[in-house]
Amino acid sequence: MPLSYVLVLAALLFSIGVYGVLARQHAVLVLLSIELMLNAVNINLIAFSAWLQDTGVPGQVFALFIIAVAAAEVGVGLALVILIYRNRRNVDVEGLSLMKW
Amino acid sequence: MEFEAPAVQLGAIGPEIALVTTALLLLIVDAFIPEGEERWYLAVLATIGFGVAIILAANQWGERELQLARMVAVDNFATFVKTSVAVFAVLTVWLSRDYLKRSEDEESEFYALLLFAAAGMMLMASAADLIMVFLALEIFSISLYVLVGFRRRSLASQESAMKYFLLGAFSSAFFLMGIALVYGATGTTNFYPGGGGEGIAGYLVSSAASDVDLLVLGVGLLIVGLGFKIAAVPFHMWTPDAYQGAPSPITGFMAAGTKFAAVATMLRLFVVVLYPLRADWRPILIAVAIATMLLGSVLAVIQEDVKRLLAYSSIAHAGFVLTGLIAANDRGLSGSLFYLATYGLTVLGAFAVVTVLAGRKERNVTLASYRGLFYERPLLAGALTLFMLSLAGVPLTSGFVGKFLVFGAAIQAGYWWLAVIGMLASVIATFFYLRVLVVMYMQEDDRGLQPAITGRLANSVVGLTAAATLVLGIVWGPLIDLAERATVFFA
Repeated sequence: MPLSYVLVLAALLFSIGVYGVLARQHAVLVLLSIELMLNAVNINLIAFSAWLQDTGVPGQVFALFIIAVAAAEVGVGLALVILIYRNRRNVDVEGLSLMKW
Repeated sequence: MEFEAPAVQLGAIGPEIALVTTALLLLIVDAFIPEGEERWYLAVLATIGFGVAIILAANQWGERELQLARMVAVDNFATFVKTSVAVFAVLTVWLSRDYLKRSEDEESEFYALLLFAAAGMMLMASAADLIMVFLALEIFSISLYVLVGFRRRSLASQESAMKYFLLGAFSSAFFLMGIALVYGATGTTNFYPGGGGEGIAGYLVSSAASDVDLLVLGVGLLIVGLGFKIAAVPFHMWTPDAYQGAPSPITGFMAAGTKFAAVATMLRLFVVVLYPLRADWRPILIAVAIATMLLGSVLAVIQEDVKRLLAYSSIAHAGFVLTGLIAANDRGLSGSLFYLATYGLTVLGAFAVVTVLAGRKERNVTLASYRGLFYERPLLAGALTLFMLSLAGVPLTSGFVGKFLVFGAAIQAGYWWLAVIGMLASVIATFFYLRVLVVMYMQEDDRGLQPAITGRLANSVVGLTAAATLVLGIVWGPLIDLAERATVFFA
């Protein structure tokens, strides 16, 4: 399979993620979109890793690091979502408009 | 199968280990203190942790090697940044002690997160591999997301934490995509050649820039991620909100520490490793720097909230530092280091004054609440005057020397017009710094300033940073000398 197939897949996933972050209202969906972007990066890294063969180890290791760090990040993110939900009864990103300019 | 374990020299990350150990210790100690008891020794413990870290970091001065499987560079540059970050963090701890007593928030978690954040920033300065840069970046970012939202009962704090978190994670994804592309282009994530690989620096020399399109694309995305952390336009949208909602001591620490750590990585990455590619990254950074300097200065003029005003000022300062980076010469390197070290102390001092005056629940942070400050608290007003003048870049303060150095470096590199734009932005910026002074000295206080609950520690932070701002503005020689010797990289 040519490398470009996988890279196109990753680019598509990444773009869908960017769209989701920009278009979604609900904070959890924004979080999910960010996860999509991170997984696109993982696919990219592993594709490059397989393609580079002999120098490919850092790519796989890096993907594992990203998975671990993303989990930590989501932990903090969901905690924030719960905190805001308790006070506002919704977690729409549009509603976060106490401060502007 | 033969397996050769890599040599582990934990001394290379000694300062970071000291901080993380202290943080864990803090959390354990706190669990054994009965509810409602005075917790002053938590701050003492945190201070000791930073003290040990400073000593360990200072001990690395003069070394020049790659350690821990070529992941960590131990050199004067990293030492300089690590020591500065630790000093910023100690001042933040002292300031937070009085702040937390006033707001009755948990102390142990606060200090622990602060220690973790500082450890991440230190690691960032010595990272010699993109994996390490990413990990360090996330260590301090995740800690800061929590710290920004630490005023749990305040809607503004929650909102700013959420905004900072979402945009931070978003920019991290771009940063990671950049790393993936750089890895795909060069086949390595390491900066320096050696250990069986050529590293990014080696790759650039060997392939003679024949096919660097993918690499340039990756570097562009790296600029997005790092530009977000230093609050450069157009990646600055989170800055005013996060700075306004966060607890004031944390805002000061973010302005001082995050900026220093991220710019340190940029200096190592762009000026040293990607130097052969400068024709590609320079135009991007020049556009970013100009937009950052001008927009930061102009938007600060209309702010009514002091924390927000200082946030826009911190955006403008990111632009000023970038001129030193764009110059990409020795003077630019040492100038940027000097600039960030002195800017950090000044901005911490400014936020220390804000913390002292803010009162419970941080109500008194509008410009209007500073009316007639000079007549009620002349010393605090005097200190704030000094900080504002330094941020504006008035001679006899450290801010002037820093600006002089980075603009001088830009002129030496042939970017005199960039320096002119920088000076123009400084002039605009002077307007809003002077506005604060006008409010303090020339307007009558019509409603009586609420008595701010202060402690000796917070006041001593104001005094120390004011002294540093003044002294470094008059006797700048030793620190410049140190900054020049800190431009010794592992390369």
